[in-house]
Amino acid sequence: MTDMTLERISDPQLTGASPGDYLELLKPRVMSLVVFSGLAGMVVAPGHIHPILAAVAVLCIAVGAGASGAINMWYDRDIDAVMSRTARRPIPSGRVQPDEALAFGVILAAASVLVMGLAVNWAAAAILALSIGFYVFVYTMWLKRSTPQNIVIGGAAGAFPPMIGWAAVTGGVELPSVLLFLLIFLWTPPHFWALALYRSGDYERAGVPMMPVVAGAASTKRQMFFYTVLLLPVAVSPYLVGIAGPVYLAGSLVLNALFLLCAARVLRAGDDKPAKQMFGFSILYLFALFGLMMGEHVVSGLVG
Amino acid sequence: MDESEIQRRKRLRGRNLAVLFALLALVALFYVITIVRMGGH
Repeated sequence: MTDMTLERISDPQLTGASPGDYLELLKPRVMSLVVFSGLAGMVVAPGHIHPILAAVAVLCIAVGAGASGAINMWYDRDIDAVMSRTARRPIPSGRVQPDEALAFGVILAAASVLVMGLAVNWAAAAILALSIGFYVFVYTMWLKRSTPQNIVIGGAAGAFPPMIGWAAVTGGVELPSVLLFLLIFLWTPPHFWALALYRSGDYERAGVPMMPVVAGAASTKRQMFFYTVLLLPVAVSPYLVGIAGPVYLAGSLVLNALFLLCAARVLRAGDDKPAKQMFGFSILYLFALFGLMMGEHVVSGLVG
Repeated sequence: MDESEIQRRKRLRGRNLAVLFALLALVALFYVITIVRMGGH
């Protein structure tokens, strides 16, 4: 095979997109946390849902989140192209055409809301539609490029899944589901700013006004610590409203102590290492909290 | 047929199969949802 042939094969315009490229548009790694938290909302909600309808609800949450990701990649293709973290995504690398990505995202978004409404209930479908709309119009198109508070307010979009899961079972919005929403909402700033701290050069090049770019690293670290402190009572609150038990309470106290320790290390650090560690731990933290909540609920249901 | 054309056809076939499976999955999904909903849940 000649060099010229190799060059032609690697040209995405000539070879077209593979199914994997479309799957990548759905941001599968982000989707996993969304699905997990949505499932948690469903498991801890009082009441009963048919297991098949529960699976359909989880599928709709996953597809809706993925669709938002695809539309986000369509809109942000210009900044994705200049950031090293995102330059290899399907659109900036030329494997998927922007219009195809937009159509793919819009069709999946509409289908996920419609199926959720028809199969489960319209309250869950309405919150799913709200979360997709919030992520696309409020976060992606408005806040992301205009304010350093982008991920603080925009974080609401990622916080809806447990509320959707809860509504799938109960048909409404109640205090415990709002607390689960708040848990992810307050977790988002320290999680995302930890990443932004060691990727600030990327964001600066792309012209995205992330907090470390606009306010500097020191101010970002102080705000991360503030949100981590604020997170503590909210993380404990599922126990206080009766949707989690003592095992969750003990686990959440330990996890919050470790998260605070991460934030304190980031506050004092002169290099990027603690921020990278905090970003990694933040993902584990949220998975562990929802895992504990679900695990204890399932076990106590089996024993009791 | 050169290598790039073979690659292009391979990807196109992959996409076609993915659409086929997605459509079949959608049919199965609607069938199952209908059965469950008609069961009074």
